[in-house]
Amino acid sequence: MSEPVPPAVPATEPVAAPTPAPETPSSLPAGGWLRVTRLRVLTQTFFFLVFLAAIWLTSFGRLRGWPTSLFLEMDPLVGLTTLLTTGTLYRAMLWSILLFVLTLLLGRVFCNWVCPMGTLIQFTGWLTGRRRTDQQRIALSRYRKFFQLKYLLLAVVLGAAVFGSAQNGWFDPQPTLYRSFTVGVLPILGKLGVPVSVRPHEHQFAWLVLGMFLLIVGSAAWIPRFFCRTLCPLGAFLGFLSRFSLARIDRDPAKCVDCDLCLKTCEGASDPQGALRKSECFVCFNCIEDCPYDALSFQWLPKRGREVTNPDVGRRSVIAAAALGALFFGISRTSGETTKNWSKTAIRPPGSVPEKDFLARCIKCDQCIRVCPTNVLQPAWLETGVEGVFTPVMNMRMGYCELNCVLCGTVCPTGAIQKISLEQKHGQGEWASVGPVTSGTAFYDRGRCFPWAMDRPCVVCEEVCPVSPKAIYTRDVVIQDRWGNPVTLHRPYIDPSLCIGCGICEHECPVADERAVRVTAVGESRSKERSLLLESGNTGQRAVPSEVVAPVGDTPFEGQDPFRSDEPG
Amino acid sequence: MAEPVTWRSPHEIKRREFMRYAGGTVLTAVAGAGLGLALHDGRDGRQYFEDLANAETVTLPRYDLNNPAGPNRIAVVHGQAASVMVKAAFDTLGGLDKFIVPGDVVLVKPNVAFDRPPEMGASTSPEVLSAVIQQVRECGAKRVLVADNPINQPEGCFEKTGLGPAARAAGGEVILPRPERFTDLAVGRLREGDQVTGEPGEALDRWLVFYEPLRLATKVIGIAPAKDHNLCGASMTMKNWYGLLGGRRNQFHQAIHEVIADFPLMIKPTLVMLDATRILTRNGPTGGSLADVDTTQSQIVVGTDMVAVDAYGWGLLRRRGRPPEYLARAKRRGLGEDDLGLVDKVEFNV
Repeated sequence: MSEPVPPAVPATEPVAAPTPAPETPSSLPAGGWLRVTRLRVLTQTFFFLVFLAAIWLTSFGRLRGWPTSLFLEMDPLVGLTTLLTTGTLYRAMLWSILLFVLTLLLGRVFCNWVCPMGTLIQFTGWLTGRRRTDQQRIALSRYRKFFQLKYLLLAVVLGAAVFGSAQNGWFDPQPTLYRSFTVGVLPILGKLGVPVSVRPHEHQFAWLVLGMFLLIVGSAAWIPRFFCRTLCPLGAFLGFLSRFSLARIDRDPAKCVDCDLCLKTCEGASDPQGALRKSECFVCFNCIEDCPYDALSFQWLPKRGREVTNPDVGRRSVIAAAALGALFFGISRTSGETTKNWSKTAIRPPGSVPEKDFLARCIKCDQCIRVCPTNVLQPAWLETGVEGVFTPVMNMRMGYCELNCVLCGTVCPTGAIQKISLEQKHGQGEWASVGPVTSGTAFYDRGRCFPWAMDRPCVVCEEVCPVSPKAIYTRDVVIQDRWGNPVTLHRPYIDPSLCIGCGICEHECPVADERAVRVTAVGESRSKERSLLLESGNTGQRAVPSEVVAPVGDTPFEGQDPFRSDEPG
Repeated sequence: MAEPVTWRSPHEIKRREFMRYAGGTVLTAVAGAGLGLALHDGRDGRQYFEDLANAETVTLPRYDLNNPAGPNRIAVVHGQAASVMVKAAFDTLGGLDKFIVPGDVVLVKPNVAFDRPPEMGASTSPEVLSAVIQQVRECGAKRVLVADNPINQPEGCFEKTGLGPAARAAGGEVILPRPERFTDLAVGRLREGDQVTGEPGEALDRWLVFYEPLRLATKVIGIAPAKDHNLCGASMTMKNWYGLLGGRRNQFHQAIHEVIADFPLMIKPTLVMLDATRILTRNGPTGGSLADVDTTQSQIVVGTDMVAVDAYGWGLLRRRGRPPEYLARAKRRGLGEDDLGLVDKVEFNV
């Protein structure tokens, strides 16, 4: 017994039709090839292809002003979170207003018409659930109490956001999908031989990002749209907004025979067979087409009495969850990574805003990591604290920061990495008085460096140092090697006033495991607290003596500071 | 099959009913979209970093008055009893009541840098602090604030130097350097009425300052011990203002003389006092042994020109060699007199 047998004829024509329906202007045909759900699938496919195009275009050489971060910029949860954390709506985040208003009018149409993550999840559910009986389908699409979890997750996110920590990126489907493709899917394609980039990109914690992604998508095999129904904080926000929507699916109780077939392919598990849960409905139109009795329709200004207007979640639970978000903020800041205990490996790309503002803005979408041509940008684990997981940090073993590149700030949807010009990055032109943007400082490990420790020439680091004059200079010494032969060595030094922390010296250092020259975050220009050198007051400039126009390799050190005047008397 | 999508309401709806139905939707949409548009941040990185560099700073007022005994007058009073020495020194400048008037809020800034007993000479002497607070109160000051941002842990420093108990016993209020009491200061730009004039320092432009006591105060008196300093030679009344700054002041050692010479530009105190009742002659500025402390020259020096006071104080350390470069730097910039031949020194015993 698999399928309930629908009655051959509709049970009874309603005696008194409640509405004089016939002349209503119909926008969309019900049956035939171009029925509403077909149109919907086409739309979903279109937007999924748009997403694929966006992620493909987010790349050196293809990024020609395409709005490749569009799904992030239209995401009103990104908008709300960063509005709370920064008090502003950054540049193209204005698009999120569009989706905000659309949802207020029509409900969660985004979830089943646009969201590329939703499309992927729905497809997975369809693919894995084809052998299910109608009874099983109906059972799997009944509303469950635990679907309220997403509202609690949303409250946690907003609770942390009020205090200045953007944490929507853990589960917000737009950042999560971008991140999963950047860190997981595309590099895997690269490993399988697809020419994604000339030098294959690799990413630390790819296993974690991919694992989360597989769970998010794969859980649809267990319960259709499990992530969308249960965990998606964007869906929760849109669901909350849906309480205001002016149109919804409406059931005509006079036509309904309570067969529950409308639940067969209900995406949102929104109880179309009863009082519709507005906040759960994805407006997929499946129920309307599944209803054998035409009891369901999408209606403008339907009666209020036949719906569950608000999300099914208690006020106290929401307050408790928001308090948990505030607690998360407190706990993560208590560990000190943003203040006293900041990590030397928390090296942010040039153009990044000061760390507290960074954590207020970064949504872990990893578009910067995607566009980075050298692979130096990597998703962080705990380098910048638990708040900063999956945010971008530079790992000089993976790559280095290309001097003539500012792409990461160009694609950043929230301004965690600001859109800066090459002139500003290099500290030239009108930025000459400010100096270059620096991300850290290089230091030598003399015990591992060939000319310092092993009587062997090298200075690859000096060769590749891209600034002019070079931040790496050498002092020449003539020594006797262990057999008594004279050897001239160029021993390298760093001039911290010229080093920009790009890390190419570390990247190219031949001491391959623990490099003999390594960049740490100190000296970055985005905040005074992490600076290395005292800046000159008159100009605000980093103290570069004006005589330094060429490296002064051979000048020996002066013996004594001439200004030191406290010889014991 | 019937139409699945209808754009007309199934039931007749009156205008008032529609307003009630859609009112919340429209209000939320307008409010949300309006908020988003109102808070739109269209800046690019150029503007963001410019704004960051030009973020709000505070400026300091001038706390100084004309020295009635002349700008170059310094009083050098030898003796043993701090209260007598302090009174006599103020009188030599024409009396403290020429500087402090009833109703003033007076910030007294001792050197509380290290967690050490007063006998070690690493901090201002509690007896001198106490005497100054009493004198200030006798002039009718409404409040006397005592503040410093020590290198060691602040609570411990104030207790173990004896300066906290001495301040409270004499009627002063200790203000501890909590983080929220710090603000970015535009160094060198001074406020007179509504006017802000002046240029940034040579080394310091914007710097985090322990602003709360400076905001409350109408007059400021610095009381510095005379100490050896490992890098700059001596720590006296000029270097004492280091203790009102916060942030990465460990970078000051990269240009110590430039930084110290910026202090007479940064703050115009009402009076400065060099407390040489104990002189830390070696192992400064921390000391740590009574053998480093000279008590045989017990004296205090008061003036309005911190460069002149320090130029005199340098001699107390009995060094050969040039005086600290910051004195000459300050002189070159017109911030004080480092030539003792041009200083009107009045010296006596009590």
